[in-house]
Amino acid sequence: MTKEKIMSVLVYTESEQGKFKKIAFEVASYAKAVADQLGTTVTAITINANDVSELGNYGVDKVLKVSNPQLDAFNAKGYTEAIQQAAEKEGTKVVVLSSSANSKYVAPLLAVGLNAGYASNVIEAPSSTSPFTVKRPAFTNKAFETLTINTDVKIVGVSNNSFGLVEKSGSASAEDFSPTISDLGVKVESVDKASNKVSIADAEIVVSGGRGLKGPENWGMIEELASVLGAATACSKPVSDLGWRPHGEHVGQTGKPVAANLYIAIGISGAIQHLAGINASKVKVVINSDPEAPFFKAADYGVVGDAFTVVPELIEKLKAFKAQQ
Amino acid sequence: MKILVCISHVPDTTSKINFTEGDTKFDTTGVQFVINPNDEFGLTRAMWFKEKQGANVTVINVGGAETEPTLRKALAIGADAAIRVNTAATDGFSVAKQLAHVAKDGGYDLVIAGRESIDYNGGMVPGMIAGLINANFVNNCINLEVDGNKATAIREIDGGKETVSTSLPLVIGGQKGLVEESDLRIPNMRGIMMARQKPLTVLDPVDANNETSSVKFEKPAPKGAVKLVSPDNLDELVSLLHNEAKVI
Repeated sequence: MTKEKIMSVLVYTESEQGKFKKIAFEVASYAKAVADQLGTTVTAITINANDVSELGNYGVDKVLKVSNPQLDAFNAKGYTEAIQQAAEKEGTKVVVLSSSANSKYVAPLLAVGLNAGYASNVIEAPSSTSPFTVKRPAFTNKAFETLTINTDVKIVGVSNNSFGLVEKSGSASAEDFSPTISDLGVKVESVDKASNKVSIADAEIVVSGGRGLKGPENWGMIEELASVLGAATACSKPVSDLGWRPHGEHVGQTGKPVAANLYIAIGISGAIQHLAGINASKVKVVINSDPEAPFFKAADYGVVGDAFTVVPELIEKLKAFKAQQ
Repeated sequence: MKILVCISHVPDTTSKINFTEGDTKFDTTGVQFVINPNDEFGLTRAMWFKEKQGANVTVINVGGAETEPTLRKALAIGADAAIRVNTAATDGFSVAKQLAHVAKDGGYDLVIAGRESIDYNGGMVPGMIAGLINANFVNNCINLEVDGNKATAIREIDGGKETVSTSLPLVIGGQKGLVEESDLRIPNMRGIMMARQKPLTVLDPVDANNETSSVKFEKPAPKGAVKLVSPDNLDELVSLLHNEAKVI
């Protein structure tokens, strides 16, 4: 079969204020791996992104560029309509998205629209494309599930930081695409977002504090450690319940999930609900004065010591290390 | 206002996770089942709508008869009626089709589901219901107010939150924040007695294919022992993170 006959893989590459998020390049890299297995090309859809040429460096052949002021604020229904129409135009059989809050909001609606089976939080390239077989965590990171997607059109949500970026030398052609957007149904009234901070979802490194820090006034060193590492800050459930830190920083089973490359837990004992939520992180470091803290059983590296002396010293060591790099 | 609260019957967080039949099925032996935590926050918010705004609250689950104690617990917490769709919950899309059918047929104004279950973590059922019944949808919902036909919700986004306005019929994917953990209710004896008198209707499923199929489960490889670094030698930690783990 020639290349043109197998329909291209469609990837939704997310941007914020016109600039691509890092996960856009990760999902593009994933889509390229799927396209290589199928012997086809990658088409990306962008919504109000400025410069789309960068996508060519991650295996994208063609970009459908949507510019529509109606979609300036994220709207799941409107974004779903745009992606669905792009999939239909291309005759796509595989759609790839990320695991950002917005993509996870869109994917189930898109699954209904395209009558497609959807696998979320997928951590590897498909082990087979016929049947289409992927692997994902289940039971809140206590197990992995291998599953097949049985429908003609398949939707894959790629877990953040699981596949990484794969650079290719190439260039992407761009064409304007104008989907029809109907009534949006849900209207954004206000957004409350710290613009100068790395979000937990986007972060490669997360620095997290627990009740061992004794009070909100002691978070300065957590913020500083995070800033040295370019990391996001997070906290355990008791800390957010006590109101020491905002709810949005709570990570764990009922809080935000974390799948970072490096998770540093400071003064967190490691309750099972906390570990469940952060276990998808690749490398875990624990700093705790109690050598019996359960977190030491889940961690890769540990320091038994007082956070109030260890953390400031670690900050100095890391600053020296960064200065040498 | 008629509210439908979707209740997933899930193993308690502290359960040992094992698989049987050649690692193809979850082993329920000795496992304690509970209301999915994300659903319990939604159920408790529904109780608020019942008490303050006179809403009628029905809870629903897709599953076999073994899930009925979980529905009875929701009735004991205060729901007015329960529905069980009598089929095994095997994939998110087919479960969503069962729930959507009941939601549409029953003319519910508000469908509250948890953002994801803690067993399969698919995170797809709420959105799929909304898509199937063509209702408005707010995911990662941490606050919800309803006034007549209008609703105001707060949604958690990456790095913050946003306030949205919408209208009924509405589906939400709810989570902690809809109510706080301290607001969750433990059924009392009176509630448990009353729950026995409340209707629990068993419905036959509608036709729905499995759009995905589990092939097998596996547990993560046992983790090696933690590598301890002396607090007096943090240079070693920096070096390990750089040279061995390659994460900084």
